[in-house]
Amino acid sequence: MTPLLLSAYTATTCLGRGLDAMREALRNGRSGLVPCAFETVQLDTWMGEVAAVDAEKLPESLATYDCRNNRLTQMGLETDGFAERVREAIARYGKTRVGVFLGTSTAGILQTELAYRRRDPETSALPDDFHYRTTHNSFSLAEFTRDYFGLEGMAMAISTACSSSAKVFAAAARQLELGTIDAAIVGGVDTLCLTTLYGFASLQLTSTQPCRPYDAARNGISIGEGAAFALLERCAQPAAGSILLLGTGESSDAYHMSSPHPEGLGAKMAMEAALRSAGLTAGDIDYINLHGTSTPANDAAEGKAVVALFGNSVPCSSTKGATGHTLGAAGAVEAIICALTLTDGFMPGSPGTENVDPAIPVDYLLKTRDGKVSHALTNSFGFGGSNCSLILGVAK
Amino acid sequence: MSKPLTAWIEGIGFLAPGMPDWPTARAILRGETPLTAAPSVLPAPSILPPAERRRASRVVKLTLAIGLEAAAHAGADVATLATVFSASGADGHNCHALCEQLATDDRQISPTRFHNSVHNAAAGYWGIATGAMAPCQVICAYDASFGAGLIDALGQVVLDRQPTLLIAYDSEYPEPLFAKRPVPDVAGVALLLTPERSERSLASISVTPAITAAEPLADAVLESLRLSIPALRALPLLQKLARGEAGKVCLDYLPPMQLQVDIGLC
Repeated sequence: MTPLLLSAYTATTCLGRGLDAMREALRNGRSGLVPCAFETVQLDTWMGEVAAVDAEKLPESLATYDCRNNRLTQMGLETDGFAERVREAIARYGKTRVGVFLGTSTAGILQTELAYRRRDPETSALPDDFHYRTTHNSFSLAEFTRDYFGLEGMAMAISTACSSSAKVFAAAARQLELGTIDAAIVGGVDTLCLTTLYGFASLQLTSTQPCRPYDAARNGISIGEGAAFALLERCAQPAAGSILLLGTGESSDAYHMSSPHPEGLGAKMAMEAALRSAGLTAGDIDYINLHGTSTPANDAAEGKAVVALFGNSVPCSSTKGATGHTLGAAGAVEAIICALTLTDGFMPGSPGTENVDPAIPVDYLLKTRDGKVSHALTNSFGFGGSNCSLILGVAK
Repeated sequence: MSKPLTAWIEGIGFLAPGMPDWPTARAILRGETPLTAAPSVLPAPSILPPAERRRASRVVKLTLAIGLEAAAHAGADVATLATVFSASGADGHNCHALCEQLATDDRQISPTRFHNSVHNAAAGYWGIATGAMAPCQVICAYDASFGAGLIDALGQVVLDRQPTLLIAYDSEYPEPLFAKRPVPDVAGVALLLTPERSERSLASISVTPAITAAEPLADAVLESLRLSIPALRALPLLQKLARGEAGKVCLDYLPPMQLQVDIGLC
């Protein structure tokens, strides 16, 4: 593919709001995970909650969008000057020429979960103040973002569980390549809700401790939440040091709804496709941000795929011990983490992980390491066997 | 500088209330047979093993039915096809059951219900059933979901130069969510799109942005289906294809943006 410029980007997770908080935490090996105390949830697990999400007030004209997921969407957009950069792009290109491509797993389903507790005792009707379209529906965050900026062009939500907001980069890249748009707001937002907390617990995939990706004793995920965005544009001559999307790769496991292909076949195909798309070989990659959920099956399968392609020669880590697994936001969060490794010259370690699983022979980073990164690859895999790998690089 | 979003249609799959498959729908859209109002009929997915077949949800049956019909129409091998699924919602019955249980004191939901709750559940079962390891996209754009799916599928066809199966579909919620989102029944349309013309090509389509309104369908029942089931926003295009008419047709997309489809006959 023709490289695309990330002309602005931002991420908000339990590590804090914006890039500086994320930098500081990743450099110092700080985790944002805390024991789960979300809403009325009673589960023995840890979580990555973003502070002060519910204090965020939506504009009055967009009041029907009000829910935790859109509050976090707005919070993310209004961080690191991102919204201002979007407005500048709209001024440059026009409101029909900036597309919106956002990933989510559960959007604002929390709003529906809460509304079900308030059903009319006689008729079971949901309360009048519950707005399905603008909160629960998977498109709600994309429609909110489109309306927030007064855009009039194409928009879509991609919802492929935990690969959602990696795949938005691929979908937006296609439209930019075709010239149907001039810029794209890409990203992902997912927020804590009962469906995912109790759901992953029902699959016995949540850990009772902070998650420990790639640890020999890893036993499950810690669910997090997050909002991460990038503004993608074509750019014939990017300034030296700017961050580029170089390649995207997608594949399907065709294996199982909630378990990865045991040999990591789909994961390997996605990474190979990303390398092909970027015109790079395995030897060109300096750092891999792993999907690394910390379930026994995911890390084993992904590890096999990484070993098959890269051996043990590429430093790699999962940052989910720091951020938790932000599900549909994870792809975008981790793409932004890759951008930080490229600009700042470090590779993040893995808070929580103590003893790397000897059965997975990769160069796994327990501690943050300084070093120049020119090309970073990030993996995102989801339920239903949906895989996506992205490669980011620095303009020379 | 914009490349046109152009592809050839090699196969069509269709299922909607009163129209169990594309040949039936084609005859109705040509005005040869009247449309009788009837609930959608979902065939048992023969591609699944018997145990899975019984457990398959309505969206899984729907997407397998229309996807396989389009692929068979084109004589394509489903195991090789890239897919784009686009739906305005996930499995509504499963969603209701989860929300209902999470509102009680017993929140120990079923793990199967949970993994079936993802928006890409039907796409996941498609992969398991067909063995397709090619890229699989799963989109939602509320009422604009057909247009959003079409845009992404055409993008893949034009850039990746590979056949891509678009499966746009919707299903109903039970009450009380039905009152908030009254999609009346399951329905969907599948189009097998290819980058090159072949002896199997039915028509070419080229999509551009527009601001003109979609022309209502003359038949009131068809028009009501077009408006109440997002995937059926495709009906004006399908009517032209059924009638073998070339020319332009406008589809509802995401206000104020509409999609104009230029149809070329083979």
